[in-house]
Amino acid sequence: MRTALSVEDVSYAYGSRTALDGVSFEVGAGRFCALLGPNGAGKSTLFALLTRLLVTRRGRIAVAGHDMARAPRAALSKIGVIFQQSTLDLDMSVARNMSYFAALHGLSGRDAERRIDAALDRLDMAERAGEKVRALNGGHRRRMEIARALVHEPEVLLLDEPTVGLDTAARLAITGHVHDLAEGGLTVFWATHLVDEIRPADDVVVLHRGRVLARETAGSLAGASSLTDAFMAITAAGAPPSVERAP
Amino acid sequence: MKGYLTALRAITLREAQRFVHQRGRFLSALVRPLVWLVVFAAGFRAALGLSIIPPYQTYITYEVYIVPGLCGMIQLFNGMQSSLSLVYDQEMGSMRLLLTSPLPRGWLLFCKLAAGVAVSLLQVYVFLAIAAAFGIEMPLRGYVAAFPALILSGLMLGALGLLISSTVKQLENFAGVMNFVIFPMFFLSTALYPLWKMAESSDLLRDICAVNPFTQAVELIRFALYGQLALWPLLWVILGFAAFFGLALLGYDPAKGLRTRRGPP
Repeated sequence: MRTALSVEDVSYAYGSRTALDGVSFEVGAGRFCALLGPNGAGKSTLFALLTRLLVTRRGRIAVAGHDMARAPRAALSKIGVIFQQSTLDLDMSVARNMSYFAALHGLSGRDAERRIDAALDRLDMAERAGEKVRALNGGHRRRMEIARALVHEPEVLLLDEPTVGLDTAARLAITGHVHDLAEGGLTVFWATHLVDEIRPADDVVVLHRGRVLARETAGSLAGASSLTDAFMAITAAGAPPSVERAP
Repeated sequence: MKGYLTALRAITLREAQRFVHQRGRFLSALVRPLVWLVVFAAGFRAALGLSIIPPYQTYITYEVYIVPGLCGMIQLFNGMQSSLSLVYDQEMGSMRLLLTSPLPRGWLLFCKLAAGVAVSLLQVYVFLAIAAAFGIEMPLRGYVAAFPALILSGLMLGALGLLISSTVKQLENFAGVMNFVIFPMFFLSTALYPLWKMAESSDLLRDICAVNPFTQAVELIRFALYGQLALWPLLWVILGFAAFFGLALLGYDPAKGLRTRRGPP
């Protein structure tokens, strides 16, 4: 299987505090890979490195074969990002938000319109194109952000705890939509601390205190027990695990 | 290249729309210089005698003298406010979205700067139109020649704002910086009184005014409003822009919002 996202021996420290320590893993093309870790595990730091908001000299990150340090622009053009914190302009319509984002990727005119329509369609959001974002509920705003991240047709979709603050129905819908995208061939890297967002066939990277503790499919990680139990057992050596079930 | 211009246009339009929708900001941007023009200048008119200095060829009233300085003041406030919105954007995460674009970061920041300049041009020309309605008119060619001058001065003052915002740790500090930057820059310049008038009270103050980049911006605008090119201020404004923007790029930390949110390491 082709590798879509590769992280090799990446470390990062905020001053003297180590946030990531020798992190390595690969995500195959078209896979749904969950980055599972309690709060403070280093997930957001890893995301900042993957989106080049932070830069480290220790280790190597490659997206679709493009090295983040040597060819950052090529690597960034292959990534679609959904940050934990919403980055929508609430006073603009859905379509305007999308076309602004498309323009940031150098896309305009008919080409941009076609891509925006296709992306909204993929997330069942086409009929909301004219609505102001402020009028949308939390779940629809998230879906819109996912649609927006697809406009430039990236190979890898990065989502940093995308279901934070959503109700159960919206969480399920978003999780389902993104799994569908992975089945359609998109590579998904999904950070979470909620095990019920992960399906047995998904890959899982367990991150705890800045280190990778496990890399395998959720099914084999869970074994005969549940994924929650397996996760708690893996992280038990460290601080009390704070893995949570969905509310 | 087309992609670069697409991004520039989108960022500029977004900034302009945001500005027009923020009615309070639009009004205060206009009311501030108009108060200076209508109230302050009228009161000051009798107290301050002005001799004939270039680019003026006749005696002028004080209102006429301070119009270029007020154009500069609009741009100075706007430059600081644009960088305030940059800090805000950064803390709110929308700057993060901008920075994950595959276009070079230097270009994206320049687009932000250019968007701020576009907004300031809008403000300045509305102000000049109102001033003209009060009878303070410039020659027609002056309004045209001021356009490129205002772009350059706007870029320089915006780059200064960017430099300040890239060195400010948190949003709260910014109000202080506004007071420590805007007011000294404005009062220690030729916006309100010519250099020779300053020299009458203190040579040191005159020298400070002369090297103040804001003075150069105001003089560039002043001469342009009379269809003349002020070469020396032009050079200083271009150099000032290059220096401020270069330093701002060096000091810019794309992960600042991230760290602020997560607290000190």
